[in-house]
This record gives sequence, structure tokens and C-alpha cells, in this order.
Amino acid sequence: MSDEKTLAERLRERGISRRGFMKFCAATASMMALPPMMIPKIAAALEQAKRPSVIWLSFQECTGCTESLTRSHAPTIEGLIFDHISLDYHHTLQAAAGDAAEHAREAAMKDNWGKYLLVVDGSIPLKDDGVYSTIAGITNLAMLREVAEGAAAIVSVGTCAAFGGLPKADPNPTGAAAVSEIISGKPIVNVPGCPPIPTVITGVLAHFLTFGKLPELDNLNRPKVFYGESIHDRCYRRAFYERGQFAESFDDEGAREGWCLFKLGCKGPVTYNACATTRWNEGTSFPIASGHGCIGCSEPGFWDKGGFYDALSKGTHDSAEGIALAAGVGAAIGVAAAMGARVRQARADNKEDA
Amino acid sequence: MTLLDFARGPALQWSLIILVAGTLWRLLGALLIRRETDLSQPRSDATVSGGVRTVFSRFVPRKEFHDNAMLAVVLGFVMHIGLAIVVFLFTPHILFFDSVFGVSWPGLPSNLVMAAGVLTVASLVALLVRRWNTPLLKMISSADDYISLLVTLIPVVTGMMAYAHVGGPYQTVLAIHILSVEAMLIWFPFGKLFHAVAWIPSRAQLGATLQRRGVKA
Repeated sequence: MSDEKTLAERLRERGISRRGFMKFCAATASMMALPPMMIPKIAAALEQAKRPSVIWLSFQECTGCTESLTRSHAPTIEGLIFDHISLDYHHTLQAAAGDAAEHAREAAMKDNWGKYLLVVDGSIPLKDDGVYSTIAGITNLAMLREVAEGAAAIVSVGTCAAFGGLPKADPNPTGAAAVSEIISGKPIVNVPGCPPIPTVITGVLAHFLTFGKLPELDNLNRPKVFYGESIHDRCYRRAFYERGQFAESFDDEGAREGWCLFKLGCKGPVTYNACATTRWNEGTSFPIASGHGCIGCSEPGFWDKGGFYDALSKGTHDSAEGIALAAGVGAAIGVAAAMGARVRQARADNKEDA
Repeated sequence: MTLLDFARGPALQWSLIILVAGTLWRLLGALLIRRETDLSQPRSDATVSGGVRTVFSRFVPRKEFHDNAMLAVVLGFVMHIGLAIVVFLFTPHILFFDSVFGVSWPGLPSNLVMAAGVLTVASLVALLVRRWNTPLLKMISSADDYISLLVTLIPVVTGMMAYAHVGGPYQTVLAIHILSVEAMLIWFPFGKLFHAVAWIPSRAQLGATLQRRGVKA
């Protein structure tokens, strides 16, 4: 639950040194690509910050986003929960269950009305009045509307909450929708990815804590600092793309040499995310470094954009039947036109003879 | 559906359908019409050799026209060779052909393809300027000439822009590039771009006819 102590007071209570605190501020500034001169400002802002209440709603999702968040390393999820935020409601991470859990949510909303941060993962089913996903008998749709009303800002974590994700994939049996399709009039930041990079999730939360507002966003409401450049642009394999050196299969010489994975379906050129720079597992690796192309998971509708192993240059619609039919129709018209011309020529010849 | 989804999906599908139907329509419509009948004894029956000779002899203008035509011929060669390199030797394009026809071949490094693209654009612009600045050429130019030139030029320019990441978000520029190619595919059977298919049969037919009349062309 949120309290009135500032972060500085809480850190002193926990025996965190000034040096350790400044180290965290420097890491936060670096992660958000802020200049070093911002470190003292971050420190000053965080020292004065009260722990904001965070309500985390999980809807049609796989818990992968939470799994990702708990593997965050800078700042750690423990650090976030104990030092920076008051995570008052989260199905997976909270100890309370059943009615007690719902009471915790209601109490957090009441105590922090208009000030709490709402984090959503998972899409929201709209079909048949949203009956396809309920929590404590409340539909996701109703709960989202209720909690969003008192939120200072909303963070849509994961592609499902941000864009609809897998539940929205064709034929979308539950009528799944993104948060931004339902809620308007509130600042919404999308942190897409399947799942998003843990550092990116905590980075956005740290930015909100530090500056009291959401970071600068792109046209899809994603923080530019993490989603400003494509995977392809920052990929360490880019040089092989330029040289025309491509892996043809996952076990050929090109794959072993670490050549570009474009031919194997890499969606890096049309995917904006920080995987190639921030990487995963404490900066250890990311899919392309592990030999698999990017599947474009931080882009809207990525499930329905053709096969993961089809090169980006391939069309997404199978045209073979249409083209075969077109060939038949075109040939028939061509033959008919030529025959028509022959008949007209023959008639003209007959007239001349007559 | 985003603009890129539209370009890679239904727009590509329909442009290919129109391209194939239109090409077969025009090609068969021309090939199957009745040939001219001889009104007198032909001077030569070697129509095949006459046809083949004309297919190749027309690559270079006759000496009498060198002064007037050589610039256009050189620009034309540069443009056609550059365009062939850009279209057929850029790896993403090869992968597209592979997905449609099931055949592929090795590509060139991207920077060489870009250099070919620059030469193609420069020669196309020079040909456009020449068309405007030559009174006779301007007079006989129709909308078809300009449309055919522009639907060739725009895909090359937008493709280079997409490659260089200039002119807007990559997806948008790539979508515009693909849509411009699709505009070219749709226009292809119905305008002067059709010479890419018709040049061999039309030259051969002309050569064969002239051979029967005893003209070496």
C-alpha cells in the first residue's frame, strides 16, 4: 500500500548508501538514453518521490509478460516493488487471493484515486459482453473501465494489451481488443513485445517515477527511447545483409558464420524494439544472436503478417490460384480478340472481292 | 490493415492478376491475328534469318542516325542494364521472385545495387529532360510515354529511399515502394512498358516482312 514516506527515507531505513542510490540513478539514465547531466535530477526527483500505487490487471494473457518482468535486472522487480512502487494488485505476484485480493484492489483505488498507475497485460474480449474472460465474476471489460477511471496513466504491457496480440489473431473468436481501443481520455503508453524486454518495462515505470509523466512516444504510443530504431538498423548482422551474405537454412555454413537471417524470415527491418541494443537476460543475447530471425512481436498484428519463416519480401496473400485464373481469362480474351480481328479481316476481304 | 499490409497483401495479389491477364490478352491478341498476305512473289523466303537479324540489328542505330540518336541509345542502355541489376540482383527482390516462381539465383552486394540504382535514376531523368527539351520528341510524346517513364522511375527512387531510410518511417516508405511497383505492374500490359515482352516478336515480325520484300533491316 502507498505511504507518505519519500523514497530517500525508505532507502535510508533499508541501509542503502548514497553511493548505491546514485549508481542506480546512473543506470536508469543510461538505460533511458538520457545525458549524464540528468543523473542528479533523477536522484533529486526519486529522493522526493512518494511510492506510487500500481495496480496491475492481467486479462487475456499467458503470464509471459510477468515472467519477463520478474527477470528484470536494472532495476530489479524486487527493487521496484520494495523501493519505488507499491504494487497493490497483481494476480501472480500478490500473496492475497480471492475476495482479499479484490478488496486490496478496491482499497488501493480508493486511497489513490486519480494518482495510481494502471498496468495492463493481456487483451480484453469484447464479444458477447466480454464473457470470455472474467476475474471474481467481473468481466475484464468492466474491470478495465472501472480501474482506468481513477488512473493517472495506463501502461499497456505486452503486445496483447498494446495491440490485441495473439488473442486478436484471425479469426479473433473472443473479439479481443487492445486497451487503447476501449479507453480514451487517459495517457496510455504501449510497451509491446511478446513479451516485452524486462528492462523496457521497468524503464518505463522508472521514467514515470522520475519525471511524473510518461516518456516521449512514437505514432503507436511506444516510448521512442526503446522503440525508436528498428532491429535491422541496430543488428550486429547488418553488415552481412549489406554484403549479400545470407544464411539459407538454420544449419548451413552461413548460419554457422552468423550471416544475415533475412532469407529465413527475419522481420527485423520492419520491427521497432530495443532487443538488438538492450538484449535479454542481463544483456546476454537476443533471438538473432541466438540464430533465429526476429518474428516482429512488438508490431501490431504480427501473428497475421505471413509466416515467421517467410522472407519479408514475399507477399502475404497466396496468389497462385488467382494468377492461374487470370492467365486463363487473359488468354481467352486475347484469343477472342485475335479471332474477332480475323473475322473482320475476312469480311473486309469478301467485300473487296465482291 | 496498415499500408504495408495492404501493399504486401491484396494490392500485390491483384496487381499480379492484372499483369498476367493483361499480358496474355495483349500478347495472344497480337500473335494470333492474321499475317499480311503476299501481294507479289516474295523476294526471299529466308524469313527466320531475316527476323533474327532484325532482333539484334536494332540494338544499335544505323550510322546515319548516330548524331541524333546516340545519346538516347547510350542512356537507354545504361537505364536498362541498371534497372535489370536493381530488379533482378537485389537479394530481397530475388526472394520475391523465388516466392512467386520458385527459382532463385545469387544476388549482388547492396552497395553495388544502389550504385546501379543511381545510374538508372540519372539516365531516366536525363531521358525525361531530353523528351521535354527536344521539340519534335515533345510533340510526338503522349501521356503513355510519361506514365511509362514515371512508373519506372518512382519504384527505383522509393526503393532507394527505403533502403537508405529517408523520407519517413521505413514501413511507410517500403509500402509506397511496393505500391509504386504494383502501379507499374498494372500499367505494364496496357502501355509502352509492354515493349519488354513485345520487342522480340515485333522486331522479328518486322524483320521477316522486310526480308520477304528484299530489304535488309
